[in-house]
Amino acid sequence: MAEPLLEVNDLRTYFSTEEGIVRAVDGISFTLDRQERLGIVGESGSGKSVTAMSIMRLIEPPAGEVVTGTITFKGRNLLEYDEADMQDIRGGQIAMIFQDPMTALNPVYTIGDQLMETIMLHQKVSRKEAYDIALTAIEDVQIPGAKSRMETYPHELSGGMRQRIMIAMGLSCNPDLLIADEPTTALDVTTQAQIMDLMLHLADERGTAVMLITHDLGVVAGFCDNVQVMYGGGIVEKGTVGQLFANPQHPYTWGLLGSLARMDEEEQHRLRSVRGAPPSLINLPSGCRFRPRCDFAVDVCAQAFPLLRDSGEPGQESACHRANELDLKSIVQEEEVTA
Amino acid sequence: MTEVASTYDTTAEISDDHILRVDNLVKEFPITRGVFFKKQVGAVHAVADVSFYVKRGETLGLVGESGCGKSTTARSILRLLEPTSGDVWFNPEGGDPVNIPTANKETLRNLRRELQIIFQDPYASLNPRMTVASIVAEPMTVHNVGTKQDRLDRVKELLKVVGLSPEHTNRYPHEFSGGQRQRIGVARALALNPSFMVLDEPVSALDVSIQAQVLNLLQDLQEELGLTYLFIAHDLSVVRHISDRVAVMYLGRIVELADRNALYEEPMHPYTHALLSAVPIPDPEVESNRVRIILEGDIPSPANPPSGCRFHTRCPKAVEGVCDTDDPQLRELAEEHWVACHYPEVRKVF
Repeated sequence: MAEPLLEVNDLRTYFSTEEGIVRAVDGISFTLDRQERLGIVGESGSGKSVTAMSIMRLIEPPAGEVVTGTITFKGRNLLEYDEADMQDIRGGQIAMIFQDPMTALNPVYTIGDQLMETIMLHQKVSRKEAYDIALTAIEDVQIPGAKSRMETYPHELSGGMRQRIMIAMGLSCNPDLLIADEPTTALDVTTQAQIMDLMLHLADERGTAVMLITHDLGVVAGFCDNVQVMYGGGIVEKGTVGQLFANPQHPYTWGLLGSLARMDEEEQHRLRSVRGAPPSLINLPSGCRFRPRCDFAVDVCAQAFPLLRDSGEPGQESACHRANELDLKSIVQEEEVTA
Repeated sequence: MTEVASTYDTTAEISDDHILRVDNLVKEFPITRGVFFKKQVGAVHAVADVSFYVKRGETLGLVGESGCGKSTTARSILRLLEPTSGDVWFNPEGGDPVNIPTANKETLRNLRRELQIIFQDPYASLNPRMTVASIVAEPMTVHNVGTKQDRLDRVKELLKVVGLSPEHTNRYPHEFSGGQRQRIGVARALALNPSFMVLDEPVSALDVSIQAQVLNLLQDLQEELGLTYLFIAHDLSVVRHISDRVAVMYLGRIVELADRNALYEEPMHPYTHALLSAVPIPDPEVESNRVRIILEGDIPSPANPPSGCRFHTRCPKAVEGVCDTDDPQLRELAEEHWVACHYPEVRKVF
């Protein structure tokens, strides 16, 4: 098998606060292949954004720190790069799109200037050439009147337009990996559809791998190949989207899917919901972190931390002690029958 | 179309089955220029002639994208904002209908017991310096209900009803999670035994697993207490789940209103088609077979809405000479299925 584009191994990112150490990301490992579309889902505080920030080396000591682990990108550990090398990676080889395009764009520079800055930083081109590349980039994200847009400021654009500019900026240097952190959460649903279609179409054209961080399982189902679910700083389940949605192996994934109201459901049934609230990352429960909210917890769940292991179909993994004995799928079906 | 379409009748007497009826509601916000002599130079037409009714005991969902006027509609109904024009008839059980926009102070004060609202942001809607007991008791204090001890007993009862522990009375909002805070907001809204509740995006600030808890709670309360809900949200999946009927708003207008299954399975307005087709469904198999209707451009400014049909600038079916000049009225094209479109057509989108 070819070498993966990105390999994260036992990554731990902690933040120190007055109340104690926040274990935002606590021992996660995963790989991302070239041209793959990986979805990372989880609720707030599950560690999905910190994972992305750690990869981009945007965690700044002393507030937070990558404590252990390796992040191997194209064969080299990003954690060993110095700041100058990292600058070359950021925006050049790994681009990132944030949730809120207004805070990600500089309000006092024109769109054109900001695009050209990125281009000239990463490619050896003249100002004139950078201008042309920027112009094409704006045309690629289907913004009409590209020339005049170059002269506009971020506040003159709508949220959807700003996010298009972010995509143009992110893809202008043909990165190998695009990390999109909740790219459409701030947008309306019709705009969300436009932006997701555009972003993934452009990424496909360029052969860019996409890591999509979101809390929206619907978006993952529609736009990703593979998915991993995060909970309390760890990955609790991974697999292809087909596997995970049809046959969840971890009780949290199962609960999450049952919590969702689905638009295509004719009958009004009761949502399953997950009781309780996510754990404090300062004071994590012993053993399995999901145990206090889990309907299936037994003694062993309090004693030992469950590691990811094969469960369900080939390629599917779950961090649950009881993954292989529980038949969550049939519990779903029983519920549907009785409902 | 063979059926004769009828315009929604706003002149008839309010039916006993209807707890609320909104007739031709308009809310405009003036745009002013100048510092001392504020001169009005225009207006934002946030709600432009909206009419609908809410049946007793039902949940009416009001959906639309940001800026479509759904929250302004709700606030104008409750007179948290003064409507520019229009009537809002509230019809209490066994009482006479009251027109909220013209009600005097005393009547309005009494009405407020019946009408309650739950807000989106459970972090902003609770006073951080008040204890849970005083937050939940406040409506009773304001309306002089019971003695201090009565109120405390009621607070404890309410906390139990919304799934919190009665021992939490002396805690402050910051000690609670988002889901728990929203429960406190629900307890406060229930304090005066209202019959009608406006839920303004009550779960959009919450995580998915917590959303389900709060939605279940709201449904249980409705069943136990016979409440009527006006449920405002942008999440179409949640709206289908909780509503009996659904109204879709676009740029200050209701463009389609129907029974939940009719609206989702047989939508007729091109905007509803686009909206529904854009919502991702958490099922990869379903998603792989879907066709999205991608709308061109952005929502126009409500300060300067398009002529004719407000949707015609983005509508894939717009016909020149009709849609850009004639403003379509809501017509009943199937039983209890109102659509404001010159060229309505049933189209399944998933």
